Amino acid sequence: MIEVLRAAYVIGRRDYMAIIMSKAFIFFLLGPLFPLIVGVAAGLLGGSVAEDADRPVVGIALSAQDADLLVAAREKLGTQLGDRTFPEIKLLATSAGSEPLNAKNFLKDKEEGLTLILTGSLDNPKLTGTAGALARWQGEIGLLLGHALQGNSVKIPTIMQETIAESSGDSKKARVATGQIAQVLLFMLTTLLAGMVLSNLVEEKSNKIIEILAASIPMDSVFLGKLFAMLAMALTGVLVWVTVGVTGFMIWGGDLPPLPEPAIGWPLFFTLGALYFAMAYLMLGSLFLGIGAMAATVREVQTLSMPVTMAQLMVFFFAMYTVTKLGQPIEQAAAIFPFSSPFAMIARAAQVETLWHHGVAIFGQIMFAILTLRISVVLFRRNVMKSGSGGKKEGVQRRKLFGVIPVGR
Amino acid sequence: MANAIEARGLVKEFDGFRAVDGVDIAIPEGSIYGILGPNGAGKTTMLRTLLGIIDPDDGERYLLGSDNPLSQSRLVGYLPEERGLYQSMRAVDTIAFMGALRGLPLKEGREKGRELLENAGLGHAADKQIKQLSKGMAQTVQLMGTIVHNPRLIVLDEPFSGLDALNQAKLERMIRAQAERGVTVIFSTHVIAHAERLCESIAIIAQGKISFDGLVKTARDRLRPQVHLETETSDGPWRKALPGGIEAEGNWWHFELPESGVEPLLTALVEGKAGVRSLSIERPGLHDAFVAIAGETVAAEMGEGSEIEAGEIL
Repeated sequence: MIEVLRAAYVIGRRDYMAIIMSKAFIFFLLGPLFPLIVGVAAGLLGGSVAEDADRPVVGIALSAQDADLLVAAREKLGTQLGDRTFPEIKLLATSAGSEPLNAKNFLKDKEEGLTLILTGSLDNPKLTGTAGALARWQGEIGLLLGHALQGNSVKIPTIMQETIAESSGDSKKARVATGQIAQVLLFMLTTLLAGMVLSNLVEEKSNKIIEILAASIPMDSVFLGKLFAMLAMALTGVLVWVTVGVTGFMIWGGDLPPLPEPAIGWPLFFTLGALYFAMAYLMLGSLFLGIGAMAATVREVQTLSMPVTMAQLMVFFFAMYTVTKLGQPIEQAAAIFPFSSPFAMIARAAQVETLWHHGVAIFGQIMFAILTLRISVVLFRRNVMKSGSGGKKEGVQRRKLFGVIPVGR
Repeated sequence: MANAIEARGLVKEFDGFRAVDGVDIAIPEGSIYGILGPNGAGKTTMLRTLLGIIDPDDGERYLLGSDNPLSQSRLVGYLPEERGLYQSMRAVDTIAFMGALRGLPLKEGREKGRELLENAGLGHAADKQIKQLSKGMAQTVQLMGTIVHNPRLIVLDEPFSGLDALNQAKLERMIRAQAERGVTVIFSTHVIAHAERLCESIAIIAQGKISFDGLVKTARDRLRPQVHLETETSDGPWRKALPGGIEAEGNWWHFELPESGVEPLLTALVEGKAGVRSLSIERPGLHDAFVAIAGETVAAEMGEGSEIEAGEIL
């Protein structure tokens, strides 16, 4: 066993150094920026579009005095409740004129671009518009009218504010959100890395060095070394991201916003997060190595890995779905099923204080990762190295799957 | 003498095709041993099976006395037929890495790597990346990686392929130097000339089966020396000294030396007044022995490569 680990260290060290020194690592470090930039851009764009789309204009056809009061109420309450709380107001020329206004015609006029038209007076108003627009805005417009009727004399006191991290009322919701965010981060990082392990193995096969490795050390060591090299690379990447993030925040960001503390506390949550990330990665990485084992060419690898990636996505959605179903059979199933277990358990860590669940889950995940790795090794030896049955000796197959071939002098 | 490698009834099948078909082989320690056979004869599969890279479907194998070949990995150096190196790795690191796979500490591997490269006249390439080296230099680096940990057994699969004549000669010197240190060197080749120059013993493999396993001399001795005789007369009492059924090619006669030996033949030729113009007796080469042992079909499969190589040497 010691020899297997020693050989795995030799492989892992080489792979780690090769990756860290490569351009691929720079891209890996920059990787999170891309979804961040796309996310921010999409958010800003979407927000802008939504703002434009959700900004109706109400035509006001009231007497000049009523209209002035309404505009003043709009300004005052807009300051208090936020400008976007109320629709825009457009004073219509007819408001001061003598001819009665035909609201229906005005609303059909595309040049005016009005959503609603307010006619009548402050104490006897009439709002014309589509059913949807009326349902959406009648409350706000009623508030404006009421305020205007009071002559804008309602005094709004200044409220002294005190901020706390959480309250019992929103803590449950906030912890669910914490769990979900942790799940998303785990999934993104795990999928990215497992794919890189696969590429690494394919590269190894194509540069023909695999035969030298297979002749020198057990294949278990090769796979273990590769998995842990990639894990170490990921942790290095995370360390860089955290360092850059914290430094950036200290320079430009000021204080960290108060975040809802997970049920088990931040230090344990981070520790479990790292462990569950490692477990999720080791299981998925082993599975991908198994895929690499079954495939002889890069094209075959791509063909085989696609359904697995899709399946992993479904497993992730499954785990996400169960976040709010704590303690229910479906959540327990997600916690027990190996591939969804890390995601379900990190969400549980955000919401429940119990710790022994995590010990059991991590043990199970380790066992499953070892089993997956062993199966991948056997498949690799059989399919890629075209290895045989190991002779007709009884028990040989069992030893190959569950045992480690001793190596050493 | 103990055997470096021993196998009995070794079988390896791929999709119903027997690449190795009941191989029995015993390779003594300390020898230079050649495995000869045409392309596709099963040489590489046999070596992979013997080294534990792949498992056999049947039979027994022992590498340095162990039935678990990988357990002897630190005592073995292996150069596969398909050369593979990390292109971005420095030459000296490549050697050290290959040594580390076999248990040699990295630091020691780097020191020995530099030393080996210096001795091979490649000291200037030690800190260069593999992709910056020529193909021959890269192959030399891989070879250095094969021997850096001072193995007891070196297995080279088609080591001469892809090398120019100068590098082939260097490799031959390296093989001899290792053998002088008591290391067992096994190499496969489809070029008989290399085996003829280097090996004490050989195995001839064709269609997955070992046709011969023993000393080169024994293989050669399976054939009688060849007599090439030119006479002035085409008939006479001296004809009785020649094997029956042979036909003259002009004034030339080509035949196997009779078991009675040279003297009775000479006496008969002289006393029978054959008028000997020219007489030569040739000891058969390994190529002839190979043809005889493995059969004409297999010899034909070996193609012109062996002819060209043989020509270079002779």
